Amino acid sequence: MIRPTQIIDRCADRIARLGRAGIFLATALYRGLTPPYRIYLLARQIHFIGARSLVVILVAGTFVGMVVALQFHDTLVRFGAVGLLGAAVGLSLVRELGPVITALVIIGRAGSAICAEISIMRSEYQIDALDCMAVDPYRYLIAPRLLAALISVPLLTAIFIAVGIGGGYFVGVVLFGGSSGAYLGSMFDSVNVDDLLMGGVKGIAFGLLMAWICLSKGFFLHLNPSVGHGSEGVSRVTTDAVVLSSISVLFSDYLISALLH
Amino acid sequence: MQTPTQSVSATSAVAPAAPVIEARNLCSFYGTRQVLFDINLAVQPGEIMVIMGHSGCGKTTLFRHLLALKKQTSGDVRVLGQDLVSLDRNSLYKLRKRLGVAFQNGALFSSLSVRENVELPLREHTKLDLNTIRIMSRMKLNFMRLAEHEDLMPAQLSGGMLKRAGLARAVVMDPQLLFFDEPSAGLDPVSAAELDRLILDLRSAMGMTIVIITHELQSVFNIADRIMVMHGGRNLLTGTPDEIRASTDRRIVHMLSRSPHQEEFDADSYLRTLTGDTQ
Repeated sequence: MIRPTQIIDRCADRIARLGRAGIFLATALYRGLTPPYRIYLLARQIHFIGARSLVVILVAGTFVGMVVALQFHDTLVRFGAVGLLGAAVGLSLVRELGPVITALVIIGRAGSAICAEISIMRSEYQIDALDCMAVDPYRYLIAPRLLAALISVPLLTAIFIAVGIGGGYFVGVVLFGGSSGAYLGSMFDSVNVDDLLMGGVKGIAFGLLMAWICLSKGFFLHLNPSVGHGSEGVSRVTTDAVVLSSISVLFSDYLISALLH
Repeated sequence: MQTPTQSVSATSAVAPAAPVIEARNLCSFYGTRQVLFDINLAVQPGEIMVIMGHSGCGKTTLFRHLLALKKQTSGDVRVLGQDLVSLDRNSLYKLRKRLGVAFQNGALFSSLSVRENVELPLREHTKLDLNTIRIMSRMKLNFMRLAEHEDLMPAQLSGGMLKRAGLARAVVMDPQLLFFDEPSAGLDPVSAAELDRLILDLRSAMGMTIVIITHELQSVFNIADRIMVMHGGRNLLTGTPDEIRASTDRRIVHMLSRSPHQEEFDADSYLRTLTGDTQ
């Protein structure tokens, strides 16, 4: 049976972790946005998170767009509104599917790698070594990854949406013989600035969440008493980071949608 | 409780200079568990001080305190004349630029080559041009006999080479004070002896003060000017190698006469445990 003091201890521990993670984020953003800037390190991380995720985003975007078009086509045909296929595909991708699926793909591809890399650096004392060399780990390791995610995820979201619309066009116009003008026209008429803003806000928010959770989980590996410092600890925090990032993305997706509705 | 003045100190004809490192009544906890008890330590300029003891005796915790990687619960730690507790981040980083730290496994960055690892502190803290940085890092790699391996990645190095590369990175800024965690751990006797020789060469070439944490007895007596023996989070004795050898403290005698992992083995008692025979 759990005693009340244990419950209080656990709550206090959770609050402390949350506070630590909040300070971690604020410090990383502050160090990343104040000189000296590490452009080379930032470019390397944009290459890792952004450029190297491009293929998987292109493939995922194309197929998601095709599936959405396929599903909507069947439904819209029943109501005699197949001309609205472009609007349906465009709105779904811009407002919801584009940001969410991009974020989930990036969490799986780059978030897990970032968390594993940072936690291995922690367990092998590389972060302590940086600190001992008077090299700020926030400036050298954390801020470049955080800023790279903030830049890359919205851009990848935009690419995902663009190729998704292309995939929808292929299914709706090329495969099912729909009107190209109706597809594009209905989309341009329906998708407005607010929708694009929502997609953009979600892209930035999901990039921030993914990087924040994955980086802080790895960085504070040594403060987590429930996991070891070795390979098991690294694998557990990486799994935790991926699960928590994915859930946070879905939860914040609802929040942002509700706020910007 | 033993203070630096009470310890069996190295005999010296001249008045000792101000200690480079001074710890007074240092206590440390992990949660509610106390791991260091009133540690007192004074390291004089230019000496090689070895902190030795069995695994789990608090050596690494003390090491972390001396590097300000962990804050003490009570007591003072002064390094190069500065109180570590009162330093803000900028002052601490300024101090750390005068220190070199070599970690047990090298702690090299796996995404950088050996040369890039060694160049890192110079790139971060100096405005030297790339050629000068390269020359300086190559000098240190030459000293460590690693020049021909400078383009290898850390994963391609042996254990001894990793330690030497970590040492090259630690001394590339010509620090006043070098910390080295377990230099001989996991090395074959030849590599361990080579590393010991390198440490002695470093001291004579650069005149730096060196603090080494180890439990390898052979290494301790090869390189130490003074030795601090720790046991159960306490400082048992500080003295020259001869003074430590001459100690009659049974824990030190036990430590010196046995391998750290070798425990008393009573075959009869072990057999009785297995068979459940309590008679």
